[in-house]
Order: sequence, then C-alpha cells, then structure tokens
Amino acid sequence: MKRFIGFIKKEFYHIFRDRRSLFILFGMPVAQIMLFGFAITNEINNVDIAILDKSKDITTQEIINKISSSTYFTIEQLITSEAEIETMFKKGKIKAVLIFEKDFSKNLIKKNNASIQIITDATDPNTANTISNYTNSILQKYQQKVNKSIEIPYQIVPQSRMMYNPELKSVFMFVPGVMTIILMLVSAMMTSISITKEKELGTMEILLVSPLEPFQVIIGKVVPYIFLSIINAIVIVLLSIFIFKMPVQGSLFLLGVESVIFIINALSLGILISTISATQQTAMMISLMGLMLPVILLSGFIFPINSMPEILQVISNVIPATWYIIILKGIMLKGVGLAVIWKETLVLVAMTVFFIVLSIKKYKIRLE
Amino acid sequence: MKTILYIVQKEFKQIFRNKAMLPLIFVLPLIQLIILSNAATFEIKNIKFSYIDNDNTSFSRALIAKFEASTYFNVITDFPSEKIANSAMLKGDIDVILEIPSYFERDLLKNKKINLAVIINAIDGAAAGVENVYINQIIRSFNKNAQANLMQPSDFINKPKSITSITSFWYNKTLNYKTFMVPGILVLLVTMITLFLSGMNIVREKEIGTLEQMNVTPIKKYQFIIGKLFPFWVLGMLLLTIGLIIARVLFNVPMVGSLGLMYLYTSIYILVILGMGLFISNYTDTQQQAMFISWFFIVIFILMSGLFTPIESMPQWAQFLTEFNPIKFYVEIMRMVMLKGSGFVDILPQFIKTLVYAVVMNGLAVWSYKKTN
Amino acid sequence: MKDNNVIQAKNLTKKFGDFTAVNSITFEVKKGEIFGFLGANGAGKTTAMKMLIGISIPTSGKAQVAGFDIFTNPEDIKKNIGYMSQKFALYDDLTVKENITFFGGIYGLSKEQIKKKRNQLVEELGLKEIVNELVGSLPLGWKQKLAFSVALLHNPKIIFLDEPTGGVDPITRRQFWEMIYKTANSGTTVFVTTHYMDEAEYCDRVSIMVDGKIEALDTPKKLKEQFKVTSMNDVFLKLARG
Repeated sequence: MKRFIGFIKKEFYHIFRDRRSLFILFGMPVAQIMLFGFAITNEINNVDIAILDKSKDITTQEIINKISSSTYFTIEQLITSEAEIETMFKKGKIKAVLIFEKDFSKNLIKKNNASIQIITDATDPNTANTISNYTNSILQKYQQKVNKSIEIPYQIVPQSRMMYNPELKSVFMFVPGVMTIILMLVSAMMTSISITKEKELGTMEILLVSPLEPFQVIIGKVVPYIFLSIINAIVIVLLSIFIFKMPVQGSLFLLGVESVIFIINALSLGILISTISATQQTAMMISLMGLMLPVILLSGFIFPINSMPEILQVISNVIPATWYIIILKGIMLKGVGLAVIWKETLVLVAMTVFFIVLSIKKYKIRLE
Repeated sequence: MKTILYIVQKEFKQIFRNKAMLPLIFVLPLIQLIILSNAATFEIKNIKFSYIDNDNTSFSRALIAKFEASTYFNVITDFPSEKIANSAMLKGDIDVILEIPSYFERDLLKNKKINLAVIINAIDGAAAGVENVYINQIIRSFNKNAQANLMQPSDFINKPKSITSITSFWYNKTLNYKTFMVPGILVLLVTMITLFLSGMNIVREKEIGTLEQMNVTPIKKYQFIIGKLFPFWVLGMLLLTIGLIIARVLFNVPMVGSLGLMYLYTSIYILVILGMGLFISNYTDTQQQAMFISWFFIVIFILMSGLFTPIESMPQWAQFLTEFNPIKFYVEIMRMVMLKGSGFVDILPQFIKTLVYAVVMNGLAVWSYKKTN
Repeated sequence: MKDNNVIQAKNLTKKFGDFTAVNSITFEVKKGEIFGFLGANGAGKTTAMKMLIGISIPTSGKAQVAGFDIFTNPEDIKKNIGYMSQKFALYDDLTVKENITFFGGIYGLSKEQIKKKRNQLVEELGLKEIVNELVGSLPLGWKQKLAFSVALLHNPKIIFLDEPTGGVDPITRRQFWEMIYKTANSGTTVFVTTHYMDEAEYCDRVSIMVDGKIEALDTPKKLKEQFKVTSMNDVFLKLARG
C-alpha cells in the first residue's frame, strides 16, 4: 500500500513539475469559458448590409431608420444600382441587400401594398435565414404601427414564454459543453498519452516488473488526472456562476456525482486508447480525431442533435458525452433531480462499466 | 540544396513507414469530413412539439394539423394539462408546448382577441428564437386563413396596408448547410493535421536524441527546417486535394471559383501553420507539452475563426483579435472562393495578411531554433 | 597554439544558474591521441563535451577544437568532427543502408563517395545480411558499431564518443575498442568519455573529473604510479574519496 501511495506521489510530481502543461491544463478551461461567455455566440448581430433605395421617400426613410437602429444590422453602404451587389458579395463586405421598389410610399397609400426585395448571401444559410426573419419582423412591426387605427378582426396572438433561459443567453448552452470537452481532454487524452509515454520510453516494463500489481500501475497513473479533472470542473462551475450568473438550479451534490461518473468514463476511454497505441503521437491522434472532434460535433454541444441525419443521431447516442451534456443541462438549467434523469444516469453508468471492463480485458491481453 | 533533399527523403520514408499513423493522417480526417459535415448544422428541424388542446374542435385540430404538416416540427404527443406537459419538458421529451384555450373557436367567431400560450425550451437561446419565428409564422398563416373566411365585405372598407417582402438566396439557393460547412471543416482538418504533425515531429526527435545528433552536424538551420517541414507541406496540400474531391463528389459543393487560387492560398497558409508548429516545438521538451500547447491555441483559434459562429456577433475587442487569427482568413477565403467565385483581387487583403503572417511566423520559428544553446 | 594540439581548453566553465557543472577546466589533446575523459556520473563530462562539440555555449573560458574557436566558429568545428551520442542516435525506423546514405549526404559527401564508403562499411562490419534491415531491429552491439562508423563517414579530424559502450557485453566492448585503435592509428583523434575505469587503460592519456574539476590528467601508467595503485579503478577511488 505504501508503495502504491509512493507511486501515486511520483505521478503527481511528474505533472506538477511540468509547468507548461500545467498552465495549459488550468488555463484552458478558464480561457474557453471566457471566450464562450464573452465572445462566442450563435446569435446573429451586427450583420453588414447595404440598402438600395429606389424611392427615397419618407416611408422608406422611416423603415431604414428602424433598421439602422436595430442591433441586428449595420448599414454598411447605400448603393445606387444592382450592379454593385455582386462585387460587394464577392468581397465579403455585406451579407444582404435590401431593395426598396420605386414609388414605395405612393404604392403603399394607393394600392395598399409595397414591396421590398431582400437579397441575401446565402453561403451561410443560417445568417441568410435570420436576416430574412429579422427584416420581416421589423416590417411586421412597422405594418402594425401603420395599421394601428385599423382594427383587424379575428386576431390570434401567440404569447411565448422562454423556459430555463429567459434572456436567451447563449453562454448557458455552451457551459455544459465546455465542461464536457475539458473533462474529456484532461481525463481521456492526457491519461492515454501519459500511459503511452511510459510504453514508448520503455519505463512501463520497469513498472510492470516492480512489486506493484498491473492494476495498481494503471490506477496510480490515473488518479492525478481524476484530481485535476475535478478541480477543472469546479473552476468552470464557479466561473459560470459568478461571472455569467449561470444558475445551478439543481443539486450541486448530484452534479458532482454525475461528473465523477463521467470522469471515470473518460478515464477508462483513455486507458483503452493507450492499449491500442504504441507511441504518444498515435495516442494523441486517436484521442483528437477519434474522440474530441466527434464529441464536439455530435454531442449536442453546439449543433442540435435533432437537426442531424438519422444515422448521426444514432451515433450521437453512443457517445457518453451526449448523455452527460443532457444531465448537465438538466441539473444546472432545469433544476431536475435524479428522479428525472435516472435514465440518462443509468446509461452513463452502463457505458462506464462497459469501458472499464473492456480496458481491463485489453490490458490483460497486452500483458500476456 | 542537396542536403535538404536528403532530409526530405528521410522524412517521407519515416512518415510512410509509420503504419499506425498513416490511417490516422489520411483516412480518419476524411471520414471526419464526411460524418461531421453532415452533423454540423444550425438548421432547425424535427423540433419536438407537443400541445394541450382544451378546445377540441375541428378548428383547433386544423391548427394542430398545420404543425403536423410542417417539416420544422415533429408533433410528438398531446398532454391533458400544463403540469404534465412541463414535466415532460423537464425530462427532455418535448421542447415546445402549444396550449389552445377552451372556447378557442367560439371566442374567435365572437371576434374576441385570442391569446395562444407557447412554451419553448430556451436552453439553446438562438434555436429558441428561430423556433419562435417558425411558430409565429404558422399561427399567422392560420390566422390569415381564418380571417379570409370570416371577414365580411363590410370589413374591407379600411384595408390594412401590407408590405410584401421577397427574399432571394444567392450562391446557395437550397440553403444547404453542408455547402457552408464542408469548406470550413476541410480547413479545420488541414490545419489540425499539419500543426500537430509538424509540432510533435521535431519534439519527438528531441525526446529520442536524434535532434542533438543533427545539431552536431554542419547542416545549416534553414536546411534542416525546410527539409523537416516540406513533407508536411506536401501532406497538407494532399489532404486539401482529397478533401476537395470529397466535397465535390459526395456533397456536391459548388466549386465556383478558381481552384488555382485555392491552392495558391493554401500553400501559403500551410506555411503559417508549419511555422507555428515549429515555433511551439522549439519551446517544448516533450511531445505531451507540444501537443498540449498546440491544442490550446488551436481550440481558441478555431472558436474565434467564424467557422461555427459568426464573427460579426462578437464584441468589438474580440473581432479585433480575430485579425491575428490565420484560420479566420482561411475559412473566409475558402468559403468566398469556393461558393461565390471571389477572385484574387477580392481576397487581396486577406491574402496579404496571411503572407505577412507566414513570413513573421517562420522568421520567428527559424530564429528561435538554436543549434547551439 | 601548438601545431599538433587538436583540442585546447583554458578555464572552460559552464554554469546553470547557481550550479557550476564544469569548473574552469584546462587541458589539451594531441593529434592522433586516444584521450579518455573520465569521471563519475554527474561529474560534468557530458556537459564539457557538449561545449567542445559546439552545441552548448560556455559561461566563460576559451577553447579551440580542430583549429576553430568554440565561441565564434562552432559550425566550422562541426564540419571537422564526428559525434556518437550516448543514445547512439541513428534512426530506428530507417534501414542500415538508409542511415548511412542519409548521414553521408548531410556531411556533404557526393553520391559516389557515399556508395564507396557504404560498401566499405558493409564489408568491414560484416553487415551484408542486414543492410536492408531497420536499425531499430538490430541488437545493441551492432547499433553501436554502426553508429561509430557513421560518425566517421566524412573523415573527421576528431571523433567524440559519449559513453559509447553502455550496456554492451564485454566481447563487443573489446571489438569496439579495436575499432577505436584502428581509427586512432589512421590519424583521427579519439575523445571518449566513459565511467568504466577499466577502459581508461586503453587510452593514451586520461583526465578524471570530480565535481566539475579535473583532478588528474596524465597517462594511465603515470597515474597508477602517482597514486601507488595497480588499476585505474583504484586511482579513481582514491581521487573520489578525497
């Protein structure tokens, strides 16, 4: 037992003496949270647009004022002909052009209808769609104002309530994802590289010949990273709570327990990767390409799972991170308890057990 | 010159002999490209929709039918009460609840204003906003139909004024999200592979001890560096080529602009990345450190590159910082050239900036590589 | 500088922060000598050697190697010396043939020269069977001999060997030293560090470093006389004890 503790101590020394890696280990979650909180958002704002006003009357001016005062748009330029549009798009200067038809005011008064063309650069379909929606909602409001005196009968008015995130803050959605990624990175990637390093340098054999049992070697290698992951998780949660006012509606204890389960899950994945890698480079590439990237893109971290093709939704369900993110969102933003997320927890535990058993088996085979 | 050739030859031999790494370098990224381009979309589809129908008339059912017909929504089920519906939302079974009040049809016929309660899971704020827009659109269209059926000629004395808007989508008529994401993900993969391989490669020689051996030979710094990095430059260009083929054949991404321009720009961009890899490896002693530091910077650069989230939406200070992010330029340029057919003149500002970065980065890298320390 | 001194060091010092690894050492090495640079592990041998081969800048002092100053002309030194590091740094994932070709090319040998040398080497070391095998698969003794020969490809004036016989069996060690003798006889100076004191007997002159300083410098015979012992091992023990 003393030997075991001694071994764990050595592992800790390794990590803490590597100042550069340590700095990144702790700095990265902080940097990411800051970025996600302050800079990254999937909302659309400040879109550069141009206006082609063929009427230049009071009405168009009024509408243009409304558009320029909205935070969604930045009017980059007033152009005078359609010919300029293509060049501006190609240079990437603007994302859309609003074209007011000739005699806009006159048409509105005489024919009760005037038209606007919204030409969008749809290379980014999301932005294009949103520009269209925003513009229409501004036009909608203007129409309502103009038609105020006219009482339109038979009105159905939807009243929307936004649950769990009334201010629509995008950071709320990202925090669970960032936590998952960081825990995966530290637990899976770092562990796999650490174990593989001993293999590559040849010191693993020395460890295996020592009085330590093989499983003690593995556990010993893994313990420091559990410790580091937990610290990271705590830092992220604290930052989110105090800087971004993100609530933790549910039980912190439950949050902790679920996180530990996920950390163990990620660790066993790391061990698994180390059994199939001969060099650190391989371990890293597998962790990155085989683990990190799919997790970022398929777990519901940024992109909604609902919108993915069937096959990918299936794959997404096989990724432990997907379940963990659901659990995190549930506990932190919805305030649910075990009663609600028992199913997801069970899935996570089952996956963890599966990976542990698999990695133990693979390890035994390698030793023979 | 000949010295460089010897080094290049050795590097290529080593890369292709490394049986474990080869599939990771070529096959895995391309599989990623295929899978992930299908996953990465902000398009809102299959929203889990539920309703509470307190009216239960053909009128209310007609409204629900509109949601069933919409491709945006999947009508999962209906609930008898708000309490049960809310608990289903807590569990994540549904994301939208539409509550139709009792006497919906009757009250509308009496010309009372009706309020429909809509509850949306807003954890993904942006998605919730879009869902709200779609819901409003469907309800408004239902409303207009109802009004047209119910309104008498006398109601038409004072006609409401309407502004019609017609939206056209240029360069991507079908609003295909893959068209948008594939060039971006390709950029991502080329960048990651070249950065990690080049960075770790030199550190590995440090760890093994062959770097010291190199430093004792009369080989010049620039010869060594060029020899080491050139194979990875080739690798990057190769990845680009395969990626472009996949983009065209599998995803039907339009290739409007000049391929030559894409290759020209990529050739300079890869130099920037290789310079970064070299620079990092000069300051790290172990592969683990090198990988870690590279990962740190890459993640930040990717997040701030406009690949997944728009740069215009960032605060001013963040937008300013992206000017120093080479990935941002690459993403912009690939999208502009591939999808819009932008020409050399159009991308000149980004091109020049990237060129400057290539010079600065590699200059720094070469300067910081010390044969003697 | 005397004409047949290929290495000349005066008050050469290397400090790392507060720690002085090499403390003002002064010595010369003559052309064609086999010079043994001895000392316990951690005495400063490798650090000193790194300065002489031009990959480490001294904190103070002077030195000339192969006629070039180690401060101002390290790159010229490198053209004229060969080096075999403790780790035998040949590329494990290249074949014997490829390693020879590579290092020959790096040192500026022409294709014909490389071919000639390669064939010569293969003959001498009896590598014909394994010339296309990856170096990583060779037993330690073969790697060692190969690394030594590769270091000599460009006919350097001096060859530096850093603990070349670590972990090798006694017979292979013997064979290796025969190679060293042959090399020295042809006019190449051999500068070898080792902590095997019995190898000191094979050298023309030895220096013994203790804690960064040279505490003894002479032929093995004279040192044994000086300390009134019968083996170099005992010379070292006497020195180390103080």
